[in-house]
Amino acid sequence: MSDEQKGDGLISVFIDGNEVRCKPGTNLVDLVDSVGKEIPHYCYHPKLSVSGNCRMCLVELGMPGKDRATGKPMLNNDGTPKVMFFPNPAIACGTRTSPGMRIRTQSEMVKKCREGVMEFLLINHPLDCPICDQAGECRLQEFSTEYGKGYSRFIEQKVVKPKRTVLGPRVMLDDERCVLCSRCIRFCKEVADDDVLGFVDRGSYSTLTCYPGKQLENNYSLNTVDICPVGALTSLDFRFKMRVWFLKETPSICTESSVGVNTMVASREGKIYRITPRRNDEVNDTWMSDSGRILYKEIEDENRLTGYASQGAFSPPDAAILQVQKYFESEKIAFVGSGGNSVEELYLFNRLSRAAKSVGNYLVSHIQEGDELLISNDANPNTRGALSVGFIESLPETELPDLASRIDSGDVDTVIVYNEDLIVAGISSEQLAKVDIVYFGTHSNATSEAASVVVPTLSVFEKAGTFINQQFRLQKFLQAVPGPDGLIDDLVSFSQLLNHVEPDSGPLETVEPIWAELSKEVSQFNDLSFNTLSPEGAQLDGAAFQHLPFCEGKTLHYEPAAETVEAGT
Amino acid sequence: MAAVENRILLKHADEDYYSPSIDSYLQYGGYETLKKALYEKPEDLREVVKESGLRGRGGAGFSCGVKWSLVDRKSGKPIYLICNCDESEPGTFKDRQLVHKDPHQLIEGMMISAFANDVELAFIYIREEMPLGAKILEKAVEEAREKGLVGENIQGSGYSCDIVVHRGAGAYICGEETGLIESLEGNRPYPRIKPPFFPAVLGLYRCPTIVNNVETLCNVVHIVKMGADEFAKIGRAGNTGTRIWCVSGMIQKPGYYEIEPMTMRELLYDLCGGPLPGRKLKACIPGGGSMKILRVDESFKDRDGREFSFDEIIVDYDGIMAAGSMSGSSGMMILDDSTDITEALANITAFYAHESCGQCTPCREGSLWSKKITARMCTGGAREEDVDLLYDMAGNIGGRTVCPMGYSITWPVQSYIDKFRDEIVANAKANSCGMKSYEERLIEK
Repeated sequence: MSDEQKGDGLISVFIDGNEVRCKPGTNLVDLVDSVGKEIPHYCYHPKLSVSGNCRMCLVELGMPGKDRATGKPMLNNDGTPKVMFFPNPAIACGTRTSPGMRIRTQSEMVKKCREGVMEFLLINHPLDCPICDQAGECRLQEFSTEYGKGYSRFIEQKVVKPKRTVLGPRVMLDDERCVLCSRCIRFCKEVADDDVLGFVDRGSYSTLTCYPGKQLENNYSLNTVDICPVGALTSLDFRFKMRVWFLKETPSICTESSVGVNTMVASREGKIYRITPRRNDEVNDTWMSDSGRILYKEIEDENRLTGYASQGAFSPPDAAILQVQKYFESEKIAFVGSGGNSVEELYLFNRLSRAAKSVGNYLVSHIQEGDELLISNDANPNTRGALSVGFIESLPETELPDLASRIDSGDVDTVIVYNEDLIVAGISSEQLAKVDIVYFGTHSNATSEAASVVVPTLSVFEKAGTFINQQFRLQKFLQAVPGPDGLIDDLVSFSQLLNHVEPDSGPLETVEPIWAELSKEVSQFNDLSFNTLSPEGAQLDGAAFQHLPFCEGKTLHYEPAAETVEAGT
Repeated sequence: MAAVENRILLKHADEDYYSPSIDSYLQYGGYETLKKALYEKPEDLREVVKESGLRGRGGAGFSCGVKWSLVDRKSGKPIYLICNCDESEPGTFKDRQLVHKDPHQLIEGMMISAFANDVELAFIYIREEMPLGAKILEKAVEEAREKGLVGENIQGSGYSCDIVVHRGAGAYICGEETGLIESLEGNRPYPRIKPPFFPAVLGLYRCPTIVNNVETLCNVVHIVKMGADEFAKIGRAGNTGTRIWCVSGMIQKPGYYEIEPMTMRELLYDLCGGPLPGRKLKACIPGGGSMKILRVDESFKDRDGREFSFDEIIVDYDGIMAAGSMSGSSGMMILDDSTDITEALANITAFYAHESCGQCTPCREGSLWSKKITARMCTGGAREEDVDLLYDMAGNIGGRTVCPMGYSITWPVQSYIDKFRDEIVANAKANSCGMKSYEERLIEK
């Protein structure tokens, strides 16, 4: 049956004799990858233009022959199409599938090609793996083991090139290790829109460098380190800190902005060493900002809250929670939440506010200037989460004049603050002094100083949960490292408090039971659960909120809704 | 009867009465063909060139008419014509003569080709090492513009096309058409991958582009002047027209010879005067440094199984192809018995190590490696096994790179070793300074 007859728009190609159905024009490297095989490659990157220079992905290609005179397919004696293989190998990365294409990825010729390319790549490579940061995640190591010769025939002097070139504030270059794949150059040109890298000199002496007077200093410079297939580009932050094979990787979400960049947090023995982007074609492709990568440093900040306090004195956790319960008895209680907290936390916080008959729920907005790539205008990663769980109904504001006037008028005498600084949100210190404050938060600030009870909470790296990003995409993060000693998970504290105010609320101390409630209560979350949520997240229906004038502008995979733009102008 | 040249392109070039100025060219009937061609239909002109059987004089010998017919004329994008004057193949110096001595012939050829292909902007990409040629061309374009032969509304025909002379920065790779296009755009001349960047579809500035050699474009004048049939009578079927051969090396009268296909003996003995006194010819590189070498005492077999000697090789595209090499850029280099073949190989590999653009791994690393091995073979430190290493390694380069220049290392290295293995091995042995092989070193450990 021909491809047209099947009518699904797919075509048949044959990889090592096995039929694979795919869309016409699929990139061969991606296609072979999708069927669980590998075509080794250095220069090809799915999110960059094809340059085809490393020659590692050479494969044998064949097409069903056509009679030149009649244009009819040529057939073997048994009626099968006669396949003509090209005499020279072709690069898989520069080849797109067409009907009936045959691909040999394991033939003798292909093996010889790979062996040859590996040998060429290694002859001038310093082979300094023992001191190279890339060791363990190096394509040269992997492919030479897999496809190389195993020994060297090269007895000449190696080409000497610059070592330890500082390309910018965060990136170091070792030219001798460079395989000249040009991924970093293409990234800077095509994604970061900051064309600063290029090759100088010719042939084997080709050298990667910055253009004169330029530096690799854009906020996406560390992506060049990620996509460098070898140890040529290294991060000045991570360099020499830890062997990569010791690192445990935990999927997480970047809290820098409402883009919700998917990340991988690498840690060892409770300490985070680096954050790298995790591929999500709907959100961040394979990129993330440099500024997002250093957010983990905040968990070891000197302002980090690590102890419970009541009336200015250290208190055991249980006693502190008991203290908080007292303040819940106030009838003039207001709740200030944060768009930096997870859907689950905000859900419990909202339940608490309802149970305590809150006179007002507030969320503080943090507007920043986005970069139209992976940093949006909204510094809160979970504004839409707060909307979805019903903690707020309209968009948050940067200041809280309504709360201020209620404090002044005496309508509010207790404020439960979650991870925000009321001073920053426009409440004066005099107004703060008029009310009782219960502060839940990760870091100390003017509000925690003024608080009657301080309950330290966990950072995004120390707990599990979900955020809803600007695209109304629900994305989950997992716990990468344990929190500071003695700290109770926010969800446990909230659950205990809720049980106190609402005795039949049941245990909601972890994300799973909370999701059991959420999927019932919130129509958007129907049929969703934390455990089954895919690592790429789930797209929610944000129609209920589309009328709101969200502050985000265009970013990589996000276009603001047309109405929003009008409202903004 | 001794063979003689048939000068068509170089008819006036070396005559005392002739100068590169437009007056000289006009005096001998110059630009008349262009003036006539402007009244013809472009598609008719294209058909004439196709029927003439003109093959590209740059290196690959692809049919010029077919090349023109592949141009994407439906894209709505402008079509560009580029004259490839980046003549940098070792042993080739024919374009230089045409540019220096008869620049207006090239310009007329370009204007006819441009008109035939609806081109409104043409470029001459001239290599950096031809500063004088660039000056001559710039002056010639200016002269032609003043006479209304280049530029706006040419000869009142309503057709406009300008020519831009662009100087390269001195790189062999710019002779490769997509490398040239990148360079013309202002980028590093890394050849582009095909597919998708076939110049006829996605060339200069991603527009359809024709890249032709200087000699090819000069031929267009004469094809249009004499008609396809007359032109096709020159030479032999499949190898129509004359070709300028650049003979250099150990020969009595090196130089450029515009000839119809003739035998190697006729060219080397009748025209070039044979070997130097007291010497014997040893080998011939027929089409520029990157082509496979031919031994003079070799016997060849064509497709029909007919055996023929070196002297009987017909000097044209198909004749040299039959002998297992290629006519390439028609730069013929003659080696005699005074030449050490290892040194000749070292010279060639050094050139390609210097000129590899560095884009693709095999050529980038393999060219320098082969240079280093052959240098050792010459100056000491060679091992017998280096010959096989070199042979095997060079085989990993050709056909595995973006552009065909990978073969520029594979072909010389493998053909020199194939044909002169005994000499190269003997040299390697003699120059060995006792360096131990990898296996020996392993045993010691």
